[in-house]
Amino acid sequence: MRGMGEFLLRFVIGGVVVSLLAALGDVFKPKSFAGLFGAAPSVALATLALTAISKGVTYSGIEARSMCLGAVALGAYAFVGAFFVKKLQLQALPAMLAAMPIWFMAVLILYFALLAGKN
Amino acid sequence: MPKVDLKAIRKTRPDQYALRFAFGGLITAVAGLIAVRFGPVIGGLFLGFPAILPASVSLVQDHAKQDKPEQEAKKEAGDDSLGASIGSLGLIAFGLTVWLGVSYVQFALLLVLGGAVWLTVSISAWYLFGGLRK
Repeated sequence: MRGMGEFLLRFVIGGVVVSLLAALGDVFKPKSFAGLFGAAPSVALATLALTAISKGVTYSGIEARSMCLGAVALGAYAFVGAFFVKKLQLQALPAMLAAMPIWFMAVLILYFALLAGKN
Repeated sequence: MPKVDLKAIRKTRPDQYALRFAFGGLITAVAGLIAVRFGPVIGGLFLGFPAILPASVSLVQDHAKQDKPEQEAKKEAGDDSLGASIGSLGLIAFGLTVWLGVSYVQFALLLVLGGAVWLTVSISAWYLFGGLRK
């Protein structure tokens, strides 16, 4: 029950933070500037804060270190997505979904190169 | 120079806001579950997962299509994704700030500091790349 409660709490707080930052990004022009908010630490803020409360700040610090690699992978993914949409003129949603394996591949490579086996 | 257009908020439909809420909430909750199951090293990787980027980029294309040709709409959507790519530098800086500062700064303050670092690095990088030619 406690696990379900925490899942719901994370869902609601994460949803609110992500929605607010995304709405903030909507109002900016040009779109390349608005896109900066697509890489806002919205999920991270909600997760790190809740984890610090439940598991302690050291645990959150470890998550933040790993997040740096997730962010590098996000940069690679967004760059490839931009290429698909802007240069190849593919439809945005299918193009961004098609580029998703880039994030998983990048994060796997970075994890095994830099973090595997570490605490 | 970036401009603010508050009318853009009204272009987003309630179901599009709901979609962002659902994706954002889901990835936050799932990242928590992954950390519980596999530990913080693997769980933390998902804090950089592009949770709502596909939906956001698609939304930019839909909005631009209302008053621009298809090709121009796709260019704007691509620019949005390119901006996120630059913004990832800010996200890396946020992660480094929290990771390196966790033993020295009170955690709530550290998150605020990390947010300020994210914003500063993201905007600086955007200017450094020439506003990605606007």
